[in-house]
Amino acid sequence: MPVNFVKNALQRLVPVKVNGVTQVPYRGVGKYKPTGRKYAPKIASCADFPADGNKTVPTLKDALIRAGLSDGMVISTHHHFRNGDLVSIQIFDIAHELGIKNLVWVPSASFECQAVLIKYLEDGTIHHIEGSMNGSLGRFTSQGKMKGTGILRSHGGRYQAIQDGEIKIDIAVIAAPTADAFGNATGDRGPAACGLLGFALADSQYAGKVIVVTDNLVPFPCIPWQIQGNNVDYVVVVAQVGIPEKIVSGTTEITKSPDRLLLAELTSRFCDEAGIIYDGFSFQAGAGGTALSIGIYFAGILRERGMKARWARGGSNKYLVKMLEDGLVEYILDGQTFDLDGVRSMRENNGHVNTSPFTSYNYHGKGNFASMVDVVILGATEVDVNFNANVVTHSDGTLLHGIGGWQNCIFSKCTILPVPLFRDRIPVIRNEVTTICGPGELIDVIVTERGIAINPLRTDLIEKMKNSKLPIKTIQQLKDEAESICGIPEKPKFTGKPVAIVKWVDGTVIDTIWQLAE
Amino acid sequence: MSTIVSSGNKGKGVRSDCFVSVEITQNGGVEIILESKVNVMFGNAIKRLTNEILAFFEISNAKITIEDTGALPFVMAARIEAAIKQLVKTEKDFLLPFLPQNNYHTAKDRNRFSRLYLPGNNPSLMINAGIHKPNGIILDLEDAVACDKKYEASFLVRNALRNLDFYGAERMVRINQVPKGLNDLYFIIPHNVNLVLIPKCESADQIHKVNSRIDEIKTKHNITGNVWLMPIVESASGVIKSYQIATSAKNIVAMAIGLEDYTSDLGTKRTSEGIESLFARSQVVNACRAAEIQPIDSVYSDVADMEGLKKNVLQSKALGFDGMGCIHPRQIKVIHENFTPTPDEIEKAKKIVIAFDEATDRGLGVVSLGTKMIDPPIVKRAVRTIEIAVKTGKLNENWKEKQNAC
Repeated sequence: MPVNFVKNALQRLVPVKVNGVTQVPYRGVGKYKPTGRKYAPKIASCADFPADGNKTVPTLKDALIRAGLSDGMVISTHHHFRNGDLVSIQIFDIAHELGIKNLVWVPSASFECQAVLIKYLEDGTIHHIEGSMNGSLGRFTSQGKMKGTGILRSHGGRYQAIQDGEIKIDIAVIAAPTADAFGNATGDRGPAACGLLGFALADSQYAGKVIVVTDNLVPFPCIPWQIQGNNVDYVVVVAQVGIPEKIVSGTTEITKSPDRLLLAELTSRFCDEAGIIYDGFSFQAGAGGTALSIGIYFAGILRERGMKARWARGGSNKYLVKMLEDGLVEYILDGQTFDLDGVRSMRENNGHVNTSPFTSYNYHGKGNFASMVDVVILGATEVDVNFNANVVTHSDGTLLHGIGGWQNCIFSKCTILPVPLFRDRIPVIRNEVTTICGPGELIDVIVTERGIAINPLRTDLIEKMKNSKLPIKTIQQLKDEAESICGIPEKPKFTGKPVAIVKWVDGTVIDTIWQLAE
Repeated sequence: MSTIVSSGNKGKGVRSDCFVSVEITQNGGVEIILESKVNVMFGNAIKRLTNEILAFFEISNAKITIEDTGALPFVMAARIEAAIKQLVKTEKDFLLPFLPQNNYHTAKDRNRFSRLYLPGNNPSLMINAGIHKPNGIILDLEDAVACDKKYEASFLVRNALRNLDFYGAERMVRINQVPKGLNDLYFIIPHNVNLVLIPKCESADQIHKVNSRIDEIKTKHNITGNVWLMPIVESASGVIKSYQIATSAKNIVAMAIGLEDYTSDLGTKRTSEGIESLFARSQVVNACRAAEIQPIDSVYSDVADMEGLKKNVLQSKALGFDGMGCIHPRQIKVIHENFTPTPDEIEKAKKIVIAFDEATDRGLGVVSLGTKMIDPPIVKRAVRTIEIAVKTGKLNENWKEKQNAC
């Protein structure tokens, strides 16, 4: 059946229907306002649960069977253990063994350790993925091999979609470092401690059935109860839920690359000269060597002037924790902990607060704190001359990354993307990006090693920087410079078949990812 | 049976480079086998460039394999040409258009606090070197290039001089030791090299040989601009003859000391305190000052130790050196910060310059500051300090007006 397409407000061609569901094309920032009520799971009764609170069942397979695992169900998991996840794969091993087909997998993010699931995408156990398709899974998707069409959402968009009923999760499986038999669970302690379980909050509230899997069962009560047992159907105890050394994110050290250090220095100097760093400001500098180095520069400026930040948005790591412990920042509002110092700090320090995509990112709520951050430092694979940016595909057209919290974060008061002007021979600043993940109107500054471009919409920043000695250029100049060094890249060739769509934070479709022609 | 030749780098960790193998065949036209990480974006451009180069050298039958990790066009062209020239005898050079922003000359007495060494056969380190703003960038054909890579490196260095943006840094090449290094000059003199470093220099004769070869090439290519020389003395004999070397030609603007080789020549080891090289360093400074050229110190080889580097710089400055080499971009900032005048030195210099101005205004022959008489050399040094402070952003160029406004 031919797929119908329309052009959305960014003039991107998007499918009208995806996996049989009618979609709303992107209309602009803040333009689409849904009506109606939130999705709700069925009302439960205590009469159906043991009064002694013991919800343990012997195995994950038992739990899945009792939860009614069957063809076409929507199964959700979470990426708290990152590349050390041991639970997601077991779910689909069991489904395969039971001969179940056409499942929809809704991970909060996928990692390379889950590439083994390709065999279940090939044999029809899994119909498609709604979440992120990283690395090998992304390549598989780009080749058009997935039965259904993938759907990419931001962390906030995932909460929004579950809350709004765009995704109706049948079974949520929450792997927890520590839990009690009632289903209360926490991520801040236990052999596989990962920090927090915020990404599973929506699932625990809205899924039909909720299974908690742990390798560290404690007597009731499990405190803190990041996940409340009152939402949980079954608890399964296994030997190991995650591999601790793979739970911490890859990039936890500041960069030694002189080029990246220069990017970090230029970014910090820009923030300083633009007056973004003041006593009581807030910031987010995520993981990755450059972002970590920017945090170090911020800390230096604050210390030198006797100032402090009111709050920082995590991903936390040892450097941010040190700022908290040195009194340079009053609160860390954490979305995920990137290393064990982050986990320890969250457990021990009242100023280190665990948050969820609901409080930080959900666009269909009564505000969220992503828009209150003074400055946020993010990455991108490509940026176009209108400041639209791409974080999911590479310039060769291959899907390789998820959105993470990126779309949500660009609502901050100042969004800065420090990116190299080109990587090897591939220009990062382009006439047109391969995939638009975020509209240019929300992206304020592009910092490259060869110049800094301020979005023309930010006349205030342009005014502030007009006497700066920093290399301020137009985005067009940066694009021309990249092309003069690298040459003008050809666009990848696609078939007319969409393999995935990119959702905007409000559930509308901002862009399409196409099947690679070869 | 035909020969297969190759050029370039491949393997783990190699980026922005390519490995090219060429085999001249008898018939069947040109066959290009391309394996590139940028194939989707630049596959056609790479094939066009390859065909253009083969046509330029009039090769109509060949099998060429390119393993590409994102080489920029000037890198790829150098690799292909270096491979072809192992098979084909030709006087022709395949040159991409000279980058207009590289067309500048440098002053004899410009600041030479830092000069960044780059291995001449490693393109990925070259590409961003200029953005770190060293005073000079050295494309090294000598010790940083393995013997079996020297030939291909000369093509890469030539193309880099033409097509890599140096962002205003002085464009330097370290040639191989004379006489071998004389041949390197053919690859660099026609392409606006600003300064040639002559390693392991031991005699004025070596300088003369370099200059006569430079003159020969300049005449042939109708080049009029200056090519500066910086000999490096790296042996006991070189140190002893440093004054003769320093005064052997008018285009010598600086002389450097190379301590790794020097200490091994002495039969001792290089230490962080540097007592063993105190004589040599002082000798070189002395020879340079007598010859009115810039004395330049050796490199500091521990790139992770910024404190050690700082100490080293301050010691160099105290001995009288004007600059030193660096082997990592992170060292540039430390070198600049510490070779340039300190706030104290700037304040003192400002007072001297103002006193001199006042004395001149009043027609006095003698400059005094408080009860102290100021000699002309001190004024000269103060003027130089102010110049450097202004140039390096440590002092506003309108400092006198501001001073008067206060």
